[in-house]
Amino acid sequence: MAQRQLMTGNEAMAEAAIRAGCRAYFGYPITPQNEILEYMASHLPQAGGAFVQAESEVAAINMCYGAAAAGVRTMTSSSSPGISLKLEGISYLAGADLPCVILNVARGGPGLGNIAPAQGDYFQATKGGGHGDYRLIVLAPSTVQEAAELATLAFDLSDEYRVPALLLADGMLGQMLEPVALPTPRDPGSLPPKPWALTGAAGRGPNYVASFALDPLDLRDLNLKRHARYREIEARELRWEEVSTSDADLLIVAYGTMGRIAKTVVRQARREGIRLGLFRPITVWPFPYAPLGELAERVKAVLTVELSAGQMWEDVRLAVEGRCPTPFYGEMGGVVPTPSDILREVKRCA
Amino acid sequence: MPKGKAVVDAERCKGCGLCVTACPFGVLELSATYNSSGYPVAAMAHPEKCTGCALCAQTCPDVAIEVYREKAASGSAAGGST
Amino acid sequence: MPETQTLTKVFARPRSLTDKRFTYCPGCHHGLITRILGSAIDKLGIQEKTVIVAPVGCAVFAYEWFRCDGVQAAHGRAAAVATGIKRARPDLTVVSYQGDGDLAAIGTAETIHAANRGEAITVIFVNNQIYGMTGGQMAPTTLDGQRATSCPEGRDPATMGHPLRVAELIATLAAPLYVTRQSLHDAKHIAQATQAVEKALRYQVEKRGYSLVEIVANCPTGWKMPPQKANEHIAGTVTKVFPLGDLVDRG
Repeated sequence: MAQRQLMTGNEAMAEAAIRAGCRAYFGYPITPQNEILEYMASHLPQAGGAFVQAESEVAAINMCYGAAAAGVRTMTSSSSPGISLKLEGISYLAGADLPCVILNVARGGPGLGNIAPAQGDYFQATKGGGHGDYRLIVLAPSTVQEAAELATLAFDLSDEYRVPALLLADGMLGQMLEPVALPTPRDPGSLPPKPWALTGAAGRGPNYVASFALDPLDLRDLNLKRHARYREIEARELRWEEVSTSDADLLIVAYGTMGRIAKTVVRQARREGIRLGLFRPITVWPFPYAPLGELAERVKAVLTVELSAGQMWEDVRLAVEGRCPTPFYGEMGGVVPTPSDILREVKRCA
Repeated sequence: MPKGKAVVDAERCKGCGLCVTACPFGVLELSATYNSSGYPVAAMAHPEKCTGCALCAQTCPDVAIEVYREKAASGSAAGGST
Repeated sequence: MPETQTLTKVFARPRSLTDKRFTYCPGCHHGLITRILGSAIDKLGIQEKTVIVAPVGCAVFAYEWFRCDGVQAAHGRAAAVATGIKRARPDLTVVSYQGDGDLAAIGTAETIHAANRGEAITVIFVNNQIYGMTGGQMAPTTLDGQRATSCPEGRDPATMGHPLRVAELIATLAAPLYVTRQSLHDAKHIAQATQAVEKALRYQVEKRGYSLVEIVANCPTGWKMPPQKANEHIAGTVTKVFPLGDLVDRG
């Protein structure tokens, strides 16, 4: 690990992407993620990569589709309303089995909403979002360090499984300045080859990249193969963090920025003699249903805390399967609860 | 005039008739033969008039025609691969 | 074929085309444009470094007609997809093949901005004044008064606007190297269009600039005309609205 340096979450994700071998970035300005676009504009060309400020979010994701088809590690970044626009392209990426990394530095919604931190895009990120039966690998960082590490992981997983990967962050994490030890830069030439990519049909038959299969039997088979890969990801790539769960009789489930705040709540609760633990999903798709379900056997309640009206809450309830009560506390519109707000909700469960 | 020959791939032909109009010498006609897709197939009704100019092939939207010309003739048709 | 033994083949299927039969209707110019593009790829010897970007529309299978790498793009996004490929691998020759609904309606922004950035791609724009694949609806290029299934009384410019002249629009930009409008309604125009496509590809290979070849094409099925009558309609009527020739040549 390199020396630690102070970076915002946005900068750290951008730099980590370049170090992971990203050599094609396409984006469009939207707050609170503009620093990613700007960082790429000044740093990616120096690394020999292609940077285009696209005419729209739609164009940007389709440029990613082209670069991904050409076998180059590619990324776009945006914030909630921009991700909505990208969903068409994301569905095509998924349908064409193309690797791509998408950063969502989420903000308050729906509609134009505001630029404050929110987690209202969970359904969009984890349940498909665009049209058709597809999934994204969705990683939810809670610190700047983790944002850099998960940006790297997103490229690796996306390439390995040929499934687009999305980093679900929010405006707080994007703007936050923290020390970060950046991953070691990798030479794109050292990455595993992509024999399916569009590189020119020299010495081989043509490679075709498409999400199109007119015959229902063909399209079904393509979907079945893709879903087999989804099952593989579910079996192999679950990631989560547990804090003070070994003796906990109450559990908070929170991800991203809320997961970070919940760690403070656990410390405060413990000081007051409440045996509170935290379960923080890092992969929100695939969601760690089984490990959360096992913890639910041993606690009195599982409290979900989100910056939404209760989106991950549905997955929590699927994981808990009625083993204990599953209360919810959420704030919306960019309102971020303080640790004491959450502790109050914890005490209601105790 | 050099002598030529247009060879129509009957299964590719869709009977659109554009080659019939394109031929300056009235060589081609839509025949009474239908291919497996049900299209009437273009054929050389007057092969003796063919010069091998390849205008039929250049006009064909389904790349169903190959054209041959007597070796004495020089040059090749523009637009096609030779 | 013994009788051809003394004869030399002077016209054959381009080597860069696959053996697949086109899915187009009888007489449709899409097939002809495919052949012209294949001939140009052969002539320049670039089959092994060309990528075909296929649109949504009648040409949705365009990537399967070529022995070149190919990709199918979302509706209207072909120019953005082509941009991504070209920026990622500048050594490739990238051809974006698009119809009028794709390029001039849903993909207008992608079209104009790829041209304005001077992306080193070749755009083949098939202007047949109708949405063929979806059954003959009005296109941005449909002529004033022309009937289509979504303007059954004919296009009324008062509420539907006039046909969009894409080549003229792109020609206002500073970056494009070559902007031309061609037609395929007779052998002479086919020969000219062939040269235009070759030039556009050559400019990409040699000068790394943007070209747009707009091709006024027929849609016998959508226009409800036999193929030859459709060609006559192009010669007599369509080319009055969409004049032919080079608009920009900075090569």
